[in-house]
Amino acid sequence: MIIIITNTNLGTGTETSGRADNRAFDELRKMKIEAGVLERADGSAYLEIGGNKVLAAVYGPRELFVRRLMQPNRAVLRCKYNMAPFSVDDRKRPGPDRRSVEISKIASEALTPAVFLEKFPRSTIDVFIEVIEAEGGTRCAGITAASVALADAGIPMRDMVVACAAGKSDDKVILDLSEVEDKEGQADVPIAIMPRTGEITLLQMDGNLTEEEFGQALDLAINGCKIISEKQKAAIKNRYGDE
Amino acid sequence: MVRIVPEIIKESVTNLVKNGERTDGRAFDEYREISLEPGVIEKAEGSARVKIGNTQIIIGAKPQIGAPFGDTPNVGVLMTNTELLPMAAPNFESGPPDENSVELSRVTDRCIREGEVVDLEKLCIVEGEKVWMIFLDLHVVDYDGNLMDAAVLGSVAALMNTKLPTTKIVDDEVVLDYDNMVPLPINDTALMSTFAKIGDEILIDPSLEEEDVMGARLSVGITQEGNICAMQKGGAKTFNKEEILKAVSIAKIKTAELRTLLP
Repeated sequence: MIIIITNTNLGTGTETSGRADNRAFDELRKMKIEAGVLERADGSAYLEIGGNKVLAAVYGPRELFVRRLMQPNRAVLRCKYNMAPFSVDDRKRPGPDRRSVEISKIASEALTPAVFLEKFPRSTIDVFIEVIEAEGGTRCAGITAASVALADAGIPMRDMVVACAAGKSDDKVILDLSEVEDKEGQADVPIAIMPRTGEITLLQMDGNLTEEEFGQALDLAINGCKIISEKQKAAIKNRYGDE
Repeated sequence: MVRIVPEIIKESVTNLVKNGERTDGRAFDEYREISLEPGVIEKAEGSARVKIGNTQIIIGAKPQIGAPFGDTPNVGVLMTNTELLPMAAPNFESGPPDENSVELSRVTDRCIREGEVVDLEKLCIVEGEKVWMIFLDLHVVDYDGNLMDAAVLGSVAALMNTKLPTTKIVDDEVVLDYDNMVPLPINDTALMSTFAKIGDEILIDPSLEEEDVMGARLSVGITQEGNICAMQKGGAKTFNKEEILKAVSIAKIKTAELRTLLP
C-alpha cells in the first residue's frame, strides 16, 4: 500500500497549440489513479491530474450518530472536501470556508445517484476528499477519486461517477482547464456523469458562453469523462486483478 | 467517539510482550519500516511525506512575512499546526483541533524549537517590524500508531527542504526575489523517539494495537549532539526512574539512526 507522489513539473509549452502547457484543445492533463492507498480507511484512492494531488477516503456504511440526519429507509452519503493549508500558493487557513462547504455539498450530490443507499437504512457513508496540492479542477479530481474510493470500499453502486471540466480560454473551447486557464479564462463548466448511461449528476458553470459554445463544452467534458472513466476502472483492476 | 479495545486483544498483546515478543515480530527497540520523501508538494516552499509502518503524514512548510512578537523583535516565528484528518481513522472527526491534535502540534513544535532546528534569528528582515513566519502544517492522512516520531521526522525533513526568496529593502519596502531562493537556515536536526509501556516493558515505536493497550507513553527529543531537547509523558500509568533513563539512552541511539534517513 504505497502511494507514489510524483513531481510533475509542468512544461511552459510553446505557441503551437495555443495552450500554456502545449496540450491540444481536447487533451487531458497527464493523470494517474491508484486505489487502496490508505490502511485505516474502508476504501481509498489517490489521484493526480496535472499539478493536482488528491486523496479520497471512504468510511462506512457505518452507524450514524447525528439522529436528525438519519433516514429510516436508506443511508446518507456525507462528503467533506478539504484543502491542505500548503496546497495553494498563499497558505489557506485550515478548516472549512464557504467554497469548501459548497463543494462538499455538490460532491455528495454528484455521488449519491450512483450508490444503492437503500441497502443501508439508518446508516451513513462518509466520503473525505483531501486536496494535497491544487492546480485547477480540484472538485472534479476529488469526485473522480471519491468514486474509486467508494468502489474500493466495496459499496454497491450502479456506476462509477466520473467528473471532468471543460471551459473557454483565449476564445477557444477547451477540455480540462489548468489553473492558469481557469483564472484567466472566460468560462468553466465542471460536470460529473455516470458513464454507462450518460446521466449527468453534477453541472456547474461560471463565466460567459454562447449556447453553441456551451454545447461544445458539454460534449468535450463528456468525452473527457469517458477517458477518465477507463482510468478509474484500470485503477480498480490494478488493485484487485482482472477477474 | 470512543475506541473500544477487545479484552482478548489486550490480553494477547500484553502476554506477548511479557514473553519478549511483539505482535508484528519486532524487537523492543526496533522501528517499523520508515520512508521519507522530501519535496512532494511543489506549491509548498518545503514539504515531505513520511511513513512509519502504515502511519502516514504529509507536511508542508509555507513562509509568510509578518510582525514579530513584541518580546522578541529580531526573531522569526515558527507555527506548527496539525490536522488529524477524519480520513486517517474512523474515530477522528472534522472540526476544531481536539486535545490530541493540539498535543501533537505542541510536542512537535517544542522538539523543533528547543532543538534549535531552525535559526530563527536569521529570519528577521526588519527588526521589530518584519520577520519570516514559517507555517508548518501537518496533515495526518493515515493513523496506525506513533504519530509523534513521524511528525518530528517529517517536519525536520520539510524544513530542511524549505527555500525562501531572498529579501531586499527598497525604499522601506520589502522586495522578494523569487529567482534567488535560499534554503531555510538549519542549525540542528533534533528528532524524537517514542516509547510505550506495556506491563513492565518499554517498547519503541508503538503500533496502533500497542498504543491501544499501553499504560503510558514517553517521547524523547534528542539533538544532533545527543542532548535531550524535549520530552512528553502521556497515558494514565507511571514510569519509574530507571525506565526513563533507559528510554533516554535508547532514544539517543535510535534518533541517530533516524537521522541517517534525512537528506
